[in-house]
Amino acid sequence: MTLRREFLKQSGVLVAGLGAWRGTPDLAEAWLAQPAPDALGPGPYPDKDYLQLDSWIVVRADNTVTFYVGKTDLGQGTGTAFRQMMADELDVAYAKTSVVMGSTDVTVDQGGSGGSDGIQVDGWPMRRVAAEARRVLLDLAATRLGLPVAALVVTDGVVSARDEQSRRVTYGELIGARRFNVTLSGRNVDATTGQAAVKPVAALKHVGQSPPRYDIPPKVDGSQEWAVDVRLPGMVHARNVKPPVAGAQLLSVDESSVRSLPGFVKVVTKGNYVAVVFEREEQAVRAARQLVCQWTKPATAPFPASDDLFDFMRAATPVSSTPPADAGDPTSAFASAATVVEARYDVPFQGHTAFGPAHALADPTGNQLTIYSNDMKSYGLRNGVAEFLKMPRDRVRVVWMQGPQAYGRTAADDAGFEAAFLATELGRPVRVQWMRDEETAWDTKGPAYAVDMRGALDAAGALTAVEYTARAADHNHLGYNEHDTVLIAQLIGQRKATPGRGRASMPSDMYAIPHRRTTTHVVSLPLVWETPLRTGNLRDPDGPQVTFASESFIDEMAIAAKADPAEFRLALLTRGTGDDSGFKRARSIAVMKAAMAAYGWQARTAGPRSSADVVTGRGIAYAFRSQTVVAQIAEVEVHRRTGHVWVKRMVCAHDCGLVINPEGLRRTLECGMLHSLSRALHEEVRFDREKVTSVDWVSHPTLTHADTPERIDIVIVNGDPTPARPDLPHYGAGETVCKPTLAAVGNAIFDATGVRLRRVPFRDARVLAALKSATGTFQH
Amino acid sequence: MRSITLKVNGATHTVDVEPATPLLYVLRNDLGLRGPRFGCGLGQCGACTVIINGEAVRSCVRSTSSAEGVEITTLEGLGRHGALHPLQQAWIDEQVPQCGFCQNGQILTAKVLLDKNPRPTDADIRQAMARTLCRCMTYYRVQAAIKRAAAGGVV
Repeated sequence: MTLRREFLKQSGVLVAGLGAWRGTPDLAEAWLAQPAPDALGPGPYPDKDYLQLDSWIVVRADNTVTFYVGKTDLGQGTGTAFRQMMADELDVAYAKTSVVMGSTDVTVDQGGSGGSDGIQVDGWPMRRVAAEARRVLLDLAATRLGLPVAALVVTDGVVSARDEQSRRVTYGELIGARRFNVTLSGRNVDATTGQAAVKPVAALKHVGQSPPRYDIPPKVDGSQEWAVDVRLPGMVHARNVKPPVAGAQLLSVDESSVRSLPGFVKVVTKGNYVAVVFEREEQAVRAARQLVCQWTKPATAPFPASDDLFDFMRAATPVSSTPPADAGDPTSAFASAATVVEARYDVPFQGHTAFGPAHALADPTGNQLTIYSNDMKSYGLRNGVAEFLKMPRDRVRVVWMQGPQAYGRTAADDAGFEAAFLATELGRPVRVQWMRDEETAWDTKGPAYAVDMRGALDAAGALTAVEYTARAADHNHLGYNEHDTVLIAQLIGQRKATPGRGRASMPSDMYAIPHRRTTTHVVSLPLVWETPLRTGNLRDPDGPQVTFASESFIDEMAIAAKADPAEFRLALLTRGTGDDSGFKRARSIAVMKAAMAAYGWQARTAGPRSSADVVTGRGIAYAFRSQTVVAQIAEVEVHRRTGHVWVKRMVCAHDCGLVINPEGLRRTLECGMLHSLSRALHEEVRFDREKVTSVDWVSHPTLTHADTPERIDIVIVNGDPTPARPDLPHYGAGETVCKPTLAAVGNAIFDATGVRLRRVPFRDARVLAALKSATGTFQH
Repeated sequence: MRSITLKVNGATHTVDVEPATPLLYVLRNDLGLRGPRFGCGLGQCGACTVIINGEAVRSCVRSTSSAEGVEITTLEGLGRHGALHPLQQAWIDEQVPQCGFCQNGQILTAKVLLDKNPRPTDADIRQAMARTLCRCMTYYRVQAAIKRAAAGGVV
């Protein structure tokens, strides 16, 4: 049925040995071409040694090259970017390269994905090892050709004498079908290096180009084998049965309610974890609905209803706080202010709600465990599962495959552990697939934020002080693939005793505000464990929440100062005289100006108030993350009779330093910005006092085609407003872009209507209610 | 269980399943197809889309028995003779997907749109595609690809 089976037949390699290049026999061939394919077979699966050049790069006799990297690509095209970076350092044609990513027994452990650091951090060892391979190959060529290295040049993997082009040898002829056997150095994988230096930016040929993503054709012609597609002999299907209300305890399970159904294999229960296992998928789906379980509700409500969340959060005693961090003298600044403005901003819990619910397949045959998963941190999943099941780590491997991605600590972690647990219980391959309601209710959530802002203007309208006080409902923020916090560990009673502390974050801007006070608190909901309101990293984990408050408030201060919001921000940026690493303040000014120029921003101090049914306005917001800076402008149409908001146009100016693949970056930025637009307009986890009630795409709406802006402008600022400065390195992208959107849209709605919305999402009913309550009270 | 004959991408298959089994599971688990995928099981998202009688059908809420005898086209069957369908090519030209998991539904829904309306306006596209969801938010590029394909005269 599959390419893989046919390949297996031809190659005679054990089933258990092959996941990493599923459906791509050319890559299998690449690996088999190595003399010591030690990762093949039924295990053990020792870690690939990142200090061996052979772990990273295979050069075949036909002069094609495969790179093995410990990252995963969630659909932003990082795999293509890694090929570009490594092809450049190795001096080979991009088209002659391929990349294998993220399978624990085949690729070095670079942690999988996270933190938008694939290019920014992990790209460096990739570049250095490729440069080292080039150095070694040049040494080999020097010997072969009888010339000093200095007399050689390389073009597309062909080494030739500088003065006699006919004296040449290919990389494939030098090393093909043999190992480098070169030991690298470095105290950790990020520091991995050889002797060779990487090239200066000016010498890079592939970096800065936009080769199309190699992973797109199989995704549009149906040939891609996804993690959901893996079928193994003897495989069975499992479905979880979740507690009907948060904190429920399982009293009993009536197995007879499903035992006579066709395809019955087993009902597995342990603690409060329940799963049904059936031969066929539809049988498991039916049985999970039909299984009769008795549960007891918790004695006290696990959480307040979502409508009462922010009152609860502001009244709660924090479980942890940071003491107020002062810059300057905010107390005096407020005491002497001409104008003080106060405002509160609220962002609800928002979920990953992956487009395809969480899933994994685990195969326990042969005294090992192979997990087929799209988990972005495949290495962490391997380590966590080994710990959870008390298996030697080298008997567990995770084959990373494409999946319906979400960004951060998703329920893919949980499904991987569940599949592993069930597979070892049953002794046969088990596929776990969460259902839609399960995913939407029980996936990890971005924490809710309640933020109180206060600002002071002096008599001249200058912003002198800002006070930021945030409360995040983030107690017990879950880490990635922790064996004692994943959901099944909680449900079966093997969780750790002490919940994670959680965190609340602060704004990121380069404004020269002389006096600031920043205070953060973490508050807890009553139920900490076995709750669907569990928090974990969701794409730029706190940025959209924090920036919604801080950048909406800067707008409010601009309005209070009777200034244009963009000019007001520029004044705050330009009145500073300090700078920082990476020229972040200068680049903040540059992205602001670039966004304004692309939009055609005309300064004004009040929106074009109109009594028409449909009114328009524009808003701007800006933020940074690490060294990446971004400014966005949203142009909205607000229908005053329905409250409907359409963001008609968006501009994003973005500086992440050296850009590897501009077209790939553009799409990543477009989609990241629209992800936050969805959070601005639609997304909210709704719950009553015992369960999540937003459980599908009707009760938990998301952005649709109908919401899509008619025009999006992406401006890549590319890090260098002053050409005399040295080139910037490649910073991260993918998350910074998510920060400013909520505020930009809220600011645009204010510009259009004169009504300030301080709580997302801006659903029609909320906007309409705000417009109605503000009727006749325009501030201008 | 009973024997049901399905016509998929021009080939005939006979499967023994419960007649009420959602078509999606049969296409995936019995016929080994990868184009239609499980996203919600509720007919809300479009991941499982196939084309039946010129309509974009959500195979997760369609019983297998109701699809007996009709011609079913999946993403794998869109191209002819090993060549990509122009819509698929437009998707590559626009570099549409991020993760790509929803793109089966995007492409097949667009195919049905263009079959019925070869020169859709922006509003037509928004309306026809509105119920086909993407959580990577590739909508802007999906719409660009549809316009590119329409301009190239796909139908």
